[in-house]
Order: sequence, then C-alpha cells, then structure tokens
Amino acid sequence: MELAATLFSTAYQFGDAFAFLVISCAGLAVIFGMMGVINLAHGEFIMCGAYVTAATARAGLPLPLAILCGALVAGLVGMALERAVIRHLYHRPLDSIIATWGVSLIATQGVLIVLGSTMQGVGTPLGGVAVGDRSYSLYRLVLMGAAVALLAGLYWLFYRTRFGVVARATIERPQMARALGVDTRRVYGLTFGLGAALAGLAGGLYAPTMTMVPTMGATFMVESFVTVVVGGADIFVGAAPAAAILAAIRAGLTAWYGQLFGQIGLLVAVIVVIRILPGGLSAFIKRARR
Amino acid sequence: MKTNRKALLTSAALAAAAGLGAATALAQDGPIRIGVLEDQSGDFAAATMVKVHAIELAAKEINDAGGIAGRPVELVVYDTQSDNRRYQEFMRRVLQQDKVDVVFAGFSSASREAYRPIVNQFDGLAFYNNQYEGGVCDANMIVTGAVPEQQFSTLIPWMMETYGPKVYTLAADYNFGQISAEWVRQIVAENGGEMVGEEFIPLGVSQFSQTIQNIQATDADFVVTLLVGAAQASYYEQAASADVGLPMASSVNVGQGYEHKRFTPPSLKDMYVTTNYIEEIDTPASKAFVEKFRAMFPDEPYINQEAANSYIAMNLYKQMVERAGSTDHDAIRAELGKGDVCFDGPSGNVCLDPKSQHMSHTIFLAKVEADHSIAFPTVWENIAPYWLGDAGCDLTKNDPSAQYTPSSPPPAN
Repeated sequence: MELAATLFSTAYQFGDAFAFLVISCAGLAVIFGMMGVINLAHGEFIMCGAYVTAATARAGLPLPLAILCGALVAGLVGMALERAVIRHLYHRPLDSIIATWGVSLIATQGVLIVLGSTMQGVGTPLGGVAVGDRSYSLYRLVLMGAAVALLAGLYWLFYRTRFGVVARATIERPQMARALGVDTRRVYGLTFGLGAALAGLAGGLYAPTMTMVPTMGATFMVESFVTVVVGGADIFVGAAPAAAILAAIRAGLTAWYGQLFGQIGLLVAVIVVIRILPGGLSAFIKRARR
Repeated sequence: MKTNRKALLTSAALAAAAGLGAATALAQDGPIRIGVLEDQSGDFAAATMVKVHAIELAAKEINDAGGIAGRPVELVVYDTQSDNRRYQEFMRRVLQQDKVDVVFAGFSSASREAYRPIVNQFDGLAFYNNQYEGGVCDANMIVTGAVPEQQFSTLIPWMMETYGPKVYTLAADYNFGQISAEWVRQIVAENGGEMVGEEFIPLGVSQFSQTIQNIQATDADFVVTLLVGAAQASYYEQAASADVGLPMASSVNVGQGYEHKRFTPPSLKDMYVTTNYIEEIDTPASKAFVEKFRAMFPDEPYINQEAANSYIAMNLYKQMVERAGSTDHDAIRAELGKGDVCFDGPSGNVCLDPKSQHMSHTIFLAKVEADHSIAFPTVWENIAPYWLGDAGCDLTKNDPSAQYTPSSPPPAN
C-alpha cells in the first residue's frame, strides 16, 4: 500500500508537470514551432482565454462550455491580429518579435486599465481525493486527461483531415501549395487562429487554479518556449516527448530539492539540448527514423 | 522694424527677469513636492494601486485644510511597474530633476534595497510604507510598515499554542522571504517548536502540486505562507483543491493582497494573518477611513494595511514639517528624535521610534473563515518596533545605512 501510494504520488506529479507543459505549449508549438512566428504575445492569448472563461463561468455558463468560450474568443482575437499585424511580417521574423511583444504590452496594460489589477476567479471544481495518507486535486487529473486528449485531437486534425494536410503543405512549401490552388493566406490565418485558440484553451483550463491578473500569461511563457525549443518544429515527435522529458526532470528535482531546482533543471535542460541538438528533439527523432 | 525688435527683446528680458523673481519668491512658500513611486502595473499592482490612492486622499485632505504649514502639497507620481530598475531610474529623477522634498516609495523589499542607495547618495528622505522583513537602520528612511517583531512574535507563538509545535514555511525566494523565514525559524526555536520543512519559491512560480506533496509528506501542524505576488498566490486555490486542510499563518496575505476577496471560498479557510490594518476592522476610526476612501475612490477593490500606512505617513510628515517649520531633513529628524511624533489614525494611535525610525502598531490577528469573512480572535495593542533599537541601531547617534537580520545584527560598539 505504502509503495502503491508512493508510485501514485510520483505518477501524479509527473502527469501534472507533463499536462502543464503540453497544454501551455500547444498553441506556441503551432505558431512558433510550425509557422515560425516568434510569438511573444502567447501569454496574452492565454490570459485572454482565462479571463473569458472566468467571466462566462461566473455569468452562469457551465465550466467546460466557459473554457471552450475562452478558447474561441482567443482564437478569434488571434485571427484578427494575424490579419492586422502578423500577416505582413511572415518574412521578417525579427520584426515579428517586436510586433508581438508590443501587442503583449498593449494587451497587459489595456486589461489592467479596463478591468483593473485583479479579477475574481472561479474556484477549482471537483475537490480532492485521498490516496494513502496524501490527498490530490481531482481537477488536476482532469487536466492530465485534457493534455492527452489535446495531443490526440491535434494529431487527428493535422494528419486525418483535409485542413491538416493543406495546412502542413502550406507551411512546408507555400509556393507549391499556391500552385495547386490553395488559398495560403487563408490557411495561414486559420492556423494562427488555431494556435491562439489553443493558447486560450490553456488559459481556460488553468483559470480555475490560478490568480486572475493581467500578467498571468507571463507565468506560462518560460515553460512553453522551453518545451517548444527543446521539441523543435513538430508537435508530435517534438513537443510531446520534450514535455515528457522536461516533466520528469522538473517533477523529480522539485520533489528532491524544491521549486528553485525544478526551474534550474528545466533551463539547464534547454541549454544542453540547444547545444547538442540545435534542431530540437523532432529533428533528432526524424533523422534517427531515416 | 528694428526698434520694434529691440523693444520686443527688452520686454522679453524684463518679463524673464520678472518671472525669475516670481519663481524665487515661490520657492519659499510654493508647494511641498512629494514623490510617489509605487507599482501601478506589473505583478504587484493588485496590492499597491491602493497606496497611490491613499496618498492622493491624504494630499486632498491636507490641501483642503490649508496645506502643510500653509503650503499646498503637490504629488509627483510615477508608475514603477513592479520593476526594480524603474525604481532606481525614477528615484534619481524625483531627487535630481523634480527635486521633491520627500519620497513615498516601494512595495517589495527588493525594490526598496534597489532604491535605498540612491536616497542615501542624494541625501533624500524616503517613507517606506510597507510591512517587511525588518532591520533597515538608515537615517534617510522612515518605515511605517510592520516588522517581524510586531507580526511574527505575536503570530507564531499564538499559532503554536493553538495548533501545535510543528511548522512548515513556504516563502518567496528573495530577501523578504529569506529573512522573514529566518525570523520564523528563530521564534519557533525560542518557543520550543520544530521546523518540519522549509521551501523557497522563486517569484513568478504558479504551479504548486509538488510543493503541496512535500508539505503533506511531513506532519506539519500549520504552514507559514510568506508568498508574494499574483503568481504565487495561486498556491491557496491549489492547496485547497488538494484538500491540504492545514491552518496557515502569514504576515503578508489578506492584509496586503486581499486574497480572501479575490479567491473563491473556502480556499483561504483558516488563514491567520497579523496585520496593522485591514478594512474589516470594526472601530469608528477605521469605519470613517473606509467611508471617506470609498467616497473618493468608489471602485477601490480593497483598502489594505499599506493604504492605511501610506495615509498615516502623509499625516506624520505633515506633523513633522509643521513642528520643524521647514522641510529640511535634519530639522524633521530632530522632531522625530524627540520620540513624541504620533498620529491617531485609521489603525489606532501609532508613534515613530527615534532609534530605528520605524513605527509602533496595534496588531490585529485576522482569521479567514470558511465563507471568507474575517474574524479577529485577538488584538495586541501598541507593539513597538523594538528589535533594531535593542540590537544596537540608534539613528539619533549614527547612521550605518545598513540592513540587519537576526543572524547579522549591528556590530557591537
């Protein structure tokens, strides 16, 4: 029993760290990993999703629907932003850093001015469950499920649907796709919107567990960029395994030495990976497959 | 044309000279300029916006009543953005360029230590209106916030008596958290208790699953939470949803970041905080303060202890300038040195201690109930900031401009 409880605790911590990394990086993996836009406003899409989720949930919508609402609004905001700003900067990656950073500052400060420095959140639903002599949050188990479902859903979207094939083709060889009659501008817009919606989903899923402040997106930034950089361009053979490895490093170090070493471990891991595998895990795995 | 031009020049020169004369005349009885450097955006804004409002309220009251010794008060306000570098930048600006008479500045201890050398360099006078880890012995600083001997020597023994001797500390990983945790360690040992765990959390961390497990792995009787900033405040929600169920003790929560208003009940159930003021305090003075505050700022989410301290500090400054008959820092400190600079404000009567230039406080023990209402199980009247003076800091005699801790006290003479 003692052993089983310890095993459960370890698995829970690993799953929790994994879920956080996967959910928070999914949107960035699409926008930065696939499309190559260094999106410093990623955190603000997350904040947007979280705020919309909290507002709609407190207005009476059931939480799952509120979370979808958050994702939807973030996605629409993302598509509007793509049309207004990002579209003109696809071939100027350094300029897109400045532009998205500016958007991020405007969004954070705008929310601060309009909605104030803090907003009441929604409580974490479902309560806790005791295993052995420790207790765990049930909602966190739901988040782990959501992370796995998210990966499965994205896999289905990108490899089993027409939109997925067209999107991958457009990003891989835009001229060829255009020659075959694909409206690449529309595909770019939709893909960017998808990335923003995924970020909004992350915000919605984590909204019940966090403090609602305009700067809340910043707490996701380091983890999501680290995961995407370690993972490389592909979500499935890159970001997902990267999240698993980083989750093991983080959960292990945090259990032994505390949060500080968990963070240090995460950052050391990304330095090592960038040095040894500049293309990230996905480039390495794809090379090994050949 | 030529004469015209000459006449124009002469009149311009005359006007300039007249303006200059007016300016020198004004400088003697012109406005008293007060620099306000507080975080109005960034991680700390939720707790600090209200400090700016409190200063604005006090300034308005002072001006409506005829100013300080007949001179109006003028605020020079900058948003420091929760960023230590901004504090340094703006502190230089208010002291060198705006030439203010006094500065009200700072929330986090990191920001205070960032700007303090600059105040020393330009021999300015700064009020730090925040509760903090204590130990700043600096003649250029007047501190109105509560310090550990006021907050922890009351709180920790009470908690140990009520819940048991085993203590787990969770603290923000910077000077405030580290030094506060040292105080907790020392007071727990003095009272025969035991530290069963201690973890320092980097600022900005928002995920606490593993930390919660670490706490549950010990048999702690209560958790001392010294968490700072909006990100770290996510701990309470996460601990509640994992059914940790341990009472919490803190010097920073509720009284600063009004977590009991922002979070869904019952995530802060059984949180105990020692604070020198919160808006729930049920005295006539406190109620009157809340009423006039909301009359000026109807949308104020919460009036916290730092708001009361900032308001008190403005009134203390007015009193000292009027008694000294000047805004000169030495004259003001001479008044402070007499030891009878007191103010009966929203939190009761408070006095400045000449040796440390810190302030005495009535300390309220606030308990958060399951529905997030506040109860006050006990009150400690008139607790002096005694530690610095006892340890050997005496600003009436010399000015080391240093920060001391229990493990590095002032050098014995």
